[in-house]
Amino acid sequence: MTYTGEHLFPGQLGHFASVVSLVVSLIATFAFFKANRALIETEKKSWLKMARVAFFIEAAAVVTTIGCLYYILSNNLFEYYYAWSHSDKTLQTEYIFSCLWEGQEGSFLLWTFWHCLLGIIVIRKGGKWEAPVMTVVSFAQFCLATMIIGVYVFGLKIGSDPFLLMRQKGILDNAPVFIDQATGLFKQDYLKYLKDGQGLNATLQNYWMVIHPPILFLGFASTIVPFAYCFSGLMNKDHSWTKPALSWAAFSGGILSLGIMMGGAWAYESLNFGGYWAWDPVENASMVPWLIMVAGLHCNLVYNHSKYSLRTTYIFYILSFSFVLYSTFLTRSGILGDTSVHAFTGADMSAQLISFILVFFLPAMYLFFKNKNTMPTVKKEEELYSREFWMFIGSLVLFLSALMIIGQTSMPVFNKIFGTKIAQPEDPKFAYNKIQIFIAFVVGILTAITQFFKYKKSTGKQLAKSLTIPTVIALALTIIFCLIFKLDYYTHGAGFLVAIYLATFSALYAIVGNFSYIVAVLGGKIKTAGASVAHIGFGLLLFGVLISSSKELILSHNTTGIALFEKTDTEDPAENITLFKGVPIDMGKYMVTFMGDSMNTRDKQRVFTIHFKGKTNGEEFTLHPYWLKNNRQQEGYGATPDSKHYWNKDIYTYVSSWQQEGTDTTTFRPAELAVGDTTFYSNGMIVLNKVNVTQSATKMGSDSSMEMGLDMTVITKDGSKFPATPKVLIDKDKASVIADTVLAQGLVIRFNKVLNDKDGKLEIGVKESNSLNDSLTLKVIEFPLIGAVWLGVIVMVIGFFMSVFQGYRKLKQTKAAKQSVS
Amino acid sequence: MKKLNIVVLVVIAIVIALLISQLGDFTTYETIKTAKAKEGKTVTVIAKLDKNTLHYDPVKNPNYLTFQVTDTLGERMAVAYYYEKPTDMEKSERIVLKGKMDKDGIFQIREQSGILLKCPSKYKDNPNAMKEDFSASR
Repeated sequence: MTYTGEHLFPGQLGHFASVVSLVVSLIATFAFFKANRALIETEKKSWLKMARVAFFIEAAAVVTTIGCLYYILSNNLFEYYYAWSHSDKTLQTEYIFSCLWEGQEGSFLLWTFWHCLLGIIVIRKGGKWEAPVMTVVSFAQFCLATMIIGVYVFGLKIGSDPFLLMRQKGILDNAPVFIDQATGLFKQDYLKYLKDGQGLNATLQNYWMVIHPPILFLGFASTIVPFAYCFSGLMNKDHSWTKPALSWAAFSGGILSLGIMMGGAWAYESLNFGGYWAWDPVENASMVPWLIMVAGLHCNLVYNHSKYSLRTTYIFYILSFSFVLYSTFLTRSGILGDTSVHAFTGADMSAQLISFILVFFLPAMYLFFKNKNTMPTVKKEEELYSREFWMFIGSLVLFLSALMIIGQTSMPVFNKIFGTKIAQPEDPKFAYNKIQIFIAFVVGILTAITQFFKYKKSTGKQLAKSLTIPTVIALALTIIFCLIFKLDYYTHGAGFLVAIYLATFSALYAIVGNFSYIVAVLGGKIKTAGASVAHIGFGLLLFGVLISSSKELILSHNTTGIALFEKTDTEDPAENITLFKGVPIDMGKYMVTFMGDSMNTRDKQRVFTIHFKGKTNGEEFTLHPYWLKNNRQQEGYGATPDSKHYWNKDIYTYVSSWQQEGTDTTTFRPAELAVGDTTFYSNGMIVLNKVNVTQSATKMGSDSSMEMGLDMTVITKDGSKFPATPKVLIDKDKASVIADTVLAQGLVIRFNKVLNDKDGKLEIGVKESNSLNDSLTLKVIEFPLIGAVWLGVIVMVIGFFMSVFQGYRKLKQTKAAKQSVS
Repeated sequence: MKKLNIVVLVVIAIVIALLISQLGDFTTYETIKTAKAKEGKTVTVIAKLDKNTLHYDPVKNPNYLTFQVTDTLGERMAVAYYYEKPTDMEKSERIVLKGKMDKDGIFQIREQSGILLKCPSKYKDNPNAMKEDFSASR
């Protein structure tokens, strides 16, 4: 049966292409494997030719699959579940890519796509390592292809097909609109009733979400190359892979840092947890492979220069990729449901995801232990004054950091395995920080000094000579900075504050040390300074992290005194402030005013205009935090912050709640007053200063009218004063009452009547209402030196890429040298 | 003994020491009944929000939110939270609460991260919602 309006072709083509990529990647794996095994040159060549063709077909098939999915999303073909659940008609064109990788299937496709590109580079440049490395990559492509195949084998679901139709998904079965009551089948024109999709999750409608996932997945994908080189080395019992692998590891480290911190930038700019890093399991899961990759990179360098640390290089590269697979399991199996703020879709693929880890990890470990004893080792012990010794220590500390992080993150996994009921600590961020700050201290110090050691052996004298000046400068800078910024973070006690001082010193030491290494040792030759540049970036990042978080300052302390605390508790954080439209409110350093709000229909944003005026220096600026309407799966709004950037700090704000002027149900409470008397309201008192009576002639001249104004002052509990002048106009016999409002106090005062002419007793009406005006609740945070975080990341990434090219140049030189010799 | 072996041993010792020191920080998952028995101790409770009891008046105090929750065993407790109301709290299916029970039986949450909302997709949990939506769209 055919249904009106369905576009089946793109789905069929896409699914066909994904089946092709599954089959062809298996062929490529086999052919590359055979090519690696073949001893006769001609045989090897023919296998290799076949393998390459298979891999290119596979790449074309992956591109076709992605193209089909993109076509479905961009043309709003809501007969497909993927388009229906991730997009809608109002979605802006620039976010179609966000839709593409919002779903699990799309992100697997992205991962596969990067493997294709990396594979093509390995085929072009890999030389003798092409066949074994590509065996591993092609096999990974096969595994990833199974993730989107969507078939049932013996009742076990293998993969999830992104091209599933709505009517195949089963969710329409319960909706009578679509079903022909007579036959119980779908109506021939059922699509007519399926008008729009669910839309993209509001938090993902941000430009960072268009670029962050591809970069991060390139980082994840790139970890397979060092792993594959390791695996090749173990298969072929040849350890010379450490030379070409070095550039790949540097590339992986650089791209992963960029991808992870882009995620941080997204969180900072688009989410409202107030920062760029929260030790959320999803963040941790991406950071752990990076830490181990960087540890591996350093061990690799040690081996290339001194023949030490080969085994640890193997272990770290294997683990880095394995932890990428493990993090895939953590974030996609739904096991983190109770510990992470991220929304997870448990697509019941846990078994498949676990197999994905084991199918790489177990053979690699088996081969490693099988070959362990035949690996070349150096009998002589490392010298204490040698670069290789301290680099190894540094790598070990990075690995230790990774183990601690993944251990804490994996609590839900332990609970599942052992049936325990361990939950997160009350302050999960501090639980991580108090350990990682010491790691940062050690790593920072090692980063600063290790380059001054020489490989093999240095003398203490040389070292002392070259280290004195950087050490003194770093110490001086630390003292100056600590004095300028008055680091006084006592929230977690004096011990932690000392740790912050130490870590700040080590961060500055890393910057100064590496800078002076470039100048003094390398003689300013920037071409070979990749490592030092990356280290400077790391130091800068660390410095920015330490200052911006320990000096993070909540500015939106409630100083209006509106708050009525049920309990006068000194612990009360009181981090939000309520603003009424048009009323300037005193907020510490600034006077803030809620100017108004507007609706941007294209982007579905309610934009708030908040005006800030500095009380001391008179500077003024306006911020526009906004609320984004959620899609249909979740109603309501998502708050998005806005920041004012200074070179040395950010003023960061978001609207945590918003109330529109509502219907007023409260009534006026009468109160008797004479001049000089006071009456009370819930948050203070109202004083009647005097009564002003003005007689005036009307235009006609004959009748007179009288205006009586009450000059009153509202005094709040905390001493703020607001004037109020309710009036009454008497014109002939008609009296009209003009009430006055004190918006900031939610107070309406009006004149009721004169009670007693002689002693001047009046009756006024007092009304307290919270629906007088539009109001919003604001949170404002100051992040000092947050720019150093972003600058640090950029410098570090540049350093990593300089190392990539440095390694590549070196490889070319040795090749050229070999050729000229032969 | 080689220097490196000593270093590795030291590192292993540090890992174990840190992991043990961590154990003290971790809280435990409790039901409301057992949470009440552990007054003053930080615990984690997974419960369902009673939407009618949610009280938040940002005009009076934007940093004070009270509500009641029930758990699967039918126990009920009052909760006080000292930050802004998390967006879409009313729509949450389940909430994960981290805090301390005080002597009046009120569950006090002092950390902003003490409330974690679980708002699963509307249609996943309520097939009727979809039916209603589609009927309405006709």
